[in-house]
Amino acid sequence: MSLPPFEQVVEEHGPRVLRVCRAMLGYHEAEDAWSETFLAALRAYPQLDPNANIEAWLVTIAKRKAIDHYRSAARTPSPAAELPDGVDTLPEGYDELWTAMRSLPAQQREAVAYHHLAGLPYTEIAEILGNSAAAARRASSDGMKKLRAIYQGASR
Amino acid sequence: MNNVFAALPEVDADASRRLHARLVAAAEDAGLLDVAYRTVDSPVGPLLLAGTGEGVVRVAFECEGHDDVLATLSERVSPRILNAPARLDAVARQLDEYFAGRRSSFDVALDFRLAAGFRRSVLEQLRHISYGKTASYAEVAAKTGHPKAVRAVGTACALNPLPLVVPCHRVVRSDGAAGNYRGGAEAKLTLLALEARRS
Repeated sequence: MSLPPFEQVVEEHGPRVLRVCRAMLGYHEAEDAWSETFLAALRAYPQLDPNANIEAWLVTIAKRKAIDHYRSAARTPSPAAELPDGVDTLPEGYDELWTAMRSLPAQQREAVAYHHLAGLPYTEIAEILGNSAAAARRASSDGMKKLRAIYQGASR
Repeated sequence: MNNVFAALPEVDADASRRLHARLVAAAEDAGLLDVAYRTVDSPVGPLLLAGTGEGVVRVAFECEGHDDVLATLSERVSPRILNAPARLDAVARQLDEYFAGRRSSFDVALDFRLAAGFRRSVLEQLRHISYGKTASYAEVAAKTGHPKAVRAVGTACALNPLPLVVPCHRVVRSDGAAGNYRGGAEAKLTLLALEARRS
């Protein structure tokens, strides 16, 4: 079994990774993170195990790039190891949905993005978040509840 | 509201195009675009053109299955492959001129890594058969210094990774029949007729 041409990876996974980047960073910075993600992926691609879950691999890189963006946005000398909770330090987003996403705690936001936008199974998400599949499922479900509440509140 | 993401488009086509172009440019800058490709239309059907940093590495006919050809390039050259037309602009333009009858030889860098050993030396010989002329498989075998290797010359032509640009269509059977071709026997006749008309 061999790796498909990288063009095929971009075609198949590019749109979903963009949605994940937007969920984590807002509309504009998402494109920078997407570009950095796919350039880093292209660099490492020949060494990738052909049996690896490519979507999970890309999302893991995207998360790292998103954290880099938070670091440079915060301009703090001590590097953040995780995506921050809350909204205050996050870059401005335009879309209502991304704004709502940004109000979620980091674990919930990531779990929702990885499951509902990237389509990853909870076992893969648990590896990215460093928790269990059950915890990932709970974070995703709590996050979706909050999103629905925000939406229903806004549409009343 | 069961799914708050329902209204969200699966694919943002404008963003995808923008990001693809940006990736190609960044990959080229970083020296990570190992294989660039594009397709062009031609009188012998759509052609896939692929190039490395060294030169054109593959020209493929539609009947070869462009997806299969890309998969083979991924395996044999590098999986760092992107649809990036700019690198193939020169050969695409020269092919247009060739099919319009305004060009009799190609002036682009070639990468022969997909043809090694004897096959490679056969391809070197083919470049000396000029526009509008033909040679038999036996004549080409003699030129390589292996007059008995007629069948091997046939194989080298059949597996030529750079058809059109390296003119294996000018090699015909000793009885005068055109013989087989990677792009199909009909494509070979089309090319020979084109060259006979213009030379």
